[in-house]
Amino acid sequence: MSTTRYHVVHETVYEYAAPVPLSQHLLHLSPRELALQQVHSHQLEIEPTAAEQARYLDWFGNPMVWLAVRTPHTVLRLLAASVIEVQPRPGAWRQALGPAWETVVAAVGQFPATEPLEVQECALPSLHVPLNPAVRDWALSSFPPSRPLLEAARELMARIYQEFTFDPEASTVATSVATTFARQRGVCQDFAHLMLSALRSLGLAARYMSGYLLTNPPPGQPRLIGADASHAWVSLWCPGVGWVDFDPTNNVQPDLEHVVLGWGRDFADVTPMRGVILGGGAHQVRVHVTVMPAALRSMESLLAEVRAKAVSDPANARS
Amino acid sequence: MAQPEPWLAHYHYDGLRYDEMFRAQNEARPHYAALYAHLLQEGSKQWRGLFNEVDRQIRDHGVTYNIYGDSEGASRPWMLDPLPLIIPADEWRQIEEAARQRARLFNHIVSDLYGQQNLLTQGQLPPTLILGQPAFLRPAAGVTPPQGVYLHLLAVDLARSPDGRWWVISDRTQAPSGLGYALENRLIVSRLFPDLFQRLRVRRLAPFFATFRDALSALAPNREGPTHTVLLTPGPYNETYFEHAFLARYLGFPLVEGSDLTVRDGAVWLKTLLGLRKIQVIVRRLDDDFCDPLEFRADSTLGVPGLMEAVRRGQVLVANVLGSGVLETGALAGFLPGLCEKLLQESLLMPNVATWWCGEPSAHQEALSQIHRLVFKGATPQRRFGPIFGEDLDAAGCRQLATTVNEAPTEFLAQELVALSRAPVLKRHPEPRLEPRSVGLRVFAVATPSGYVVMPGGLARTASEQDVRVLSNQRGGGSKDVWVCGESLGLPLSLLQRPVGVGDLVRSGAGLSSRVVENLFWFGRYTERTDHLARYLRVALSRIAEYAEAPLEWAGLAALGGRLGLLADAGDQARMTTGLLNGVADKNRPGSLAAQILHLSRTGFQLRERLSADNWRTLHALSYTLEQQAPIPISLLGAIGLLDRAVSLCMTLSGFALDGMTRDPGWLFLALGRRIERLQFQTQAIMEAMKMPSEANPEWLLEVSDSIVTYRSRYMARPEWLAVLDLLITDESNPRGLVFQTTSIGHYLEQIAALLGPIRAQADFQVQHRALLALDIGQEFRPDSVVLRETLHYLHTAAGVLADQLSLQFFSHVGQSVWVSA
Repeated sequence: MSTTRYHVVHETVYEYAAPVPLSQHLLHLSPRELALQQVHSHQLEIEPTAAEQARYLDWFGNPMVWLAVRTPHTVLRLLAASVIEVQPRPGAWRQALGPAWETVVAAVGQFPATEPLEVQECALPSLHVPLNPAVRDWALSSFPPSRPLLEAARELMARIYQEFTFDPEASTVATSVATTFARQRGVCQDFAHLMLSALRSLGLAARYMSGYLLTNPPPGQPRLIGADASHAWVSLWCPGVGWVDFDPTNNVQPDLEHVVLGWGRDFADVTPMRGVILGGGAHQVRVHVTVMPAALRSMESLLAEVRAKAVSDPANARS
Repeated sequence: MAQPEPWLAHYHYDGLRYDEMFRAQNEARPHYAALYAHLLQEGSKQWRGLFNEVDRQIRDHGVTYNIYGDSEGASRPWMLDPLPLIIPADEWRQIEEAARQRARLFNHIVSDLYGQQNLLTQGQLPPTLILGQPAFLRPAAGVTPPQGVYLHLLAVDLARSPDGRWWVISDRTQAPSGLGYALENRLIVSRLFPDLFQRLRVRRLAPFFATFRDALSALAPNREGPTHTVLLTPGPYNETYFEHAFLARYLGFPLVEGSDLTVRDGAVWLKTLLGLRKIQVIVRRLDDDFCDPLEFRADSTLGVPGLMEAVRRGQVLVANVLGSGVLETGALAGFLPGLCEKLLQESLLMPNVATWWCGEPSAHQEALSQIHRLVFKGATPQRRFGPIFGEDLDAAGCRQLATTVNEAPTEFLAQELVALSRAPVLKRHPEPRLEPRSVGLRVFAVATPSGYVVMPGGLARTASEQDVRVLSNQRGGGSKDVWVCGESLGLPLSLLQRPVGVGDLVRSGAGLSSRVVENLFWFGRYTERTDHLARYLRVALSRIAEYAEAPLEWAGLAALGGRLGLLADAGDQARMTTGLLNGVADKNRPGSLAAQILHLSRTGFQLRERLSADNWRTLHALSYTLEQQAPIPISLLGAIGLLDRAVSLCMTLSGFALDGMTRDPGWLFLALGRRIERLQFQTQAIMEAMKMPSEANPEWLLEVSDSIVTYRSRYMARPEWLAVLDLLITDESNPRGLVFQTTSIGHYLEQIAALLGPIRAQADFQVQHRALLALDIGQEFRPDSVVLRETLHYLHTAAGVLADQLSLQFFSHVGQSVWVSA
């Protein structure tokens, strides 16, 4: 299969009850350049204009933007628009079996280390991914002795997909792994954290992937603007193969339909837009994402429509 | 052997532990000989004097250490033993060398962890140990502070084993506490034994603090012009707030809270009365992850949003650097000898107490195989666990401990149980005597451009009786001054500092933070409010008997009580008496004197570093009067006695403000607060009195207004309305009079406007002032005058508007930050 080019527009709108004289934000909204993913263009539009802006690479190598808005505002609107080319992910992701999982656990935990630092780091618990004995015991049935790592991980992914219910009502940005596990429901972020908790509790190294997923409208219906969502999945370290991605929300291994923003230990490392505001009273936030195959629509016309559309759908779009 | 003194009878030399003072029963070590001789000579009779002196100074200086959950809440007095811990010169040299080496080593380690990470990638340190800690702040990676100094101030806790060797127990690498207490201890103890202090040639501490201040300037970024340094505190509720305020004052740095600072153009600014002032250095007493809610802990309301960004841009020095807390893990101990060899090519001079970090499989097994000999703790300060003493555990306890450790081995460590050395403390109960206490020593090192310098002294901490194995101020232990003997080789006192030039002179105080000014304004208002409440209550309670005999007058007085929120309605005599008595002593009643004094104390507490010791003591006496001496229900006589005392303490506070404070803008706001409050009360009181029929006697009004003596000396007759109103309104010489208030307010406003620009409500207020002056005394000074009533009413309103405008214009910089995410 050949490459695929996408136009991605990610719109975030904050609405405040009282004027905000000063706000500062940290953005993880700029897609990461990868061997199998090229960023052809990327732009940010902020309303009101940011007084200051600075770009960095964060600890994990993800692009990060710091910005401050000093114009008093009751609405802050931020558009991140990117043109991205995605190449097919390696066939090994879906076909390779990998070594027996216990040997990977041993390699990851070894000191002095044999594996790269970033691998060892992603075996450790983190803010949203605690080690959880109950989750480990549940996961263990997919990891019988000597089973090849990737085969076991594929089964774990499938079990999350089958045993858990996708339910945006059951989730907030702060839902814990224990809650997701107990209620057996959640959204992509929760399932990613759950799978990470299972893998790390077993002693494996896995990281949180933040990005987008192309969704196709039901046959015969038009593609809606702003109806997509930011997405999250998991990447597992497999010696000899490298980082291998798993999407437990959809029970697929990413190939051409997943666009990567960046990665970290969990959501907190790559929160798309976090901030501290002065005042503001009660606030409401809306997120709208559009992932459009480039062939279908030019970026200019897409952006024009997003800008023009005072999107009124109050649903907080996360998958 | 001579018969031991009775006060020595309880001090048994046991030889099982090192004794700092004695080398045998009743035989002092040579460096303690002079102190011992002094004690023998003076005998225990003199001790009362020592204790009293320590108590007095601690109380007067307001030295406190807050203990969470303690019944004395925010202000438990600091515990200081009069006897110093004395360390001979040669022994000190070893401690000093070891501390200096340790500081250099730690600076190397932290510089690698946030830089190249060779230690992690080349197998010198397990990545789990560093990257698994919440204290490792990823946003701080790749940021190099000026001149490569990461740790500006380091504290090391030492303990001595039975063979006399010192060992390291733990390190404080991000915001070490204790420096201020050490200095305060010195100020007190050096006065207790002035001759000994001279004779032993105890090394001075002052040069160390000068070095610290100079070093910060030398390491500041952007060093054109003077360096502005602040001390960032979590606020008055922090356990060591006293020390923050004390150090800030001693070092001459403004004491600020997170909300006093703002980040702009990538730099950090202090919000002052005159606007924003750029800050180059922040000495922080806030833990790492609280410093910036944007990048670290989202729930922190104490920090400065954007601080990390300013650090990244090299605009501000944060001492110690953000992220330096990662070194506070005790798990590092076992790796230090190797790291010292590798990084410094030196042997580690002073090792840690043997430590097993359970994150290493072999250490994990070893630790669990000898539980009984060891102490188990959390591996990081964030992991609150223990200390669990293995020797206390039965079989089931050991199994439970092992299960806990096995669940998450990286989170635990075990340390060898050291029999701490002991030092004598003076006990006052049940009778004066010497008793041994476990003791530990905290030493301090500060970075200078030419290397680390160690303070010749330190903070000695002694165990409380209950738990001799743990040294903790949080658990009620005590402290000692530390005397390092021998002449100082002379620290370079001020090599780095350029002399003060005319441009550096600070006179105006316009650099005061907006928060401090706001608190001063309210301090003024609350002092005045306390004063008039106490006066009112005194007059009302002493006249309650006249309820039936003088119904007209009593009705006016009761109506004023209603205005003040003290009396709900004019009920029967018994109910009103109860109401008034509750208005004195019931602090749960809003508007009561007790509640008011609570507000005043809290505001004073926020201003502690700005109030003199005398001020502070008076304030303390005021709240003490009510807290300790007011039983509920209080008797009528008891209440009046208490009110007498409250009134005179309020007068004392006013005296300090009048005579003891620099006339800077802060003072102007304090004085304005007082005058506005008094103006509001006096207009209220006069308006209520005027509602009485003209035949009623306005004597109570004169009493409430503290003007009865003046009136009697002038008129020697029953009060007449014309004369009363003249005295209380127009007489410019009466400090309780309305014109006196409006004239003073006018002056203060002019002075503030000259410094800070126009004040929005100034003109409106002047209109009311002139209206007051324009009153026709002969026509209007009678209780039924509509013109007078309206004038007073507008004046009362104008005072309220003025207060609101001042807050809007000068205080409202500070707002609540909120964390958002999407």
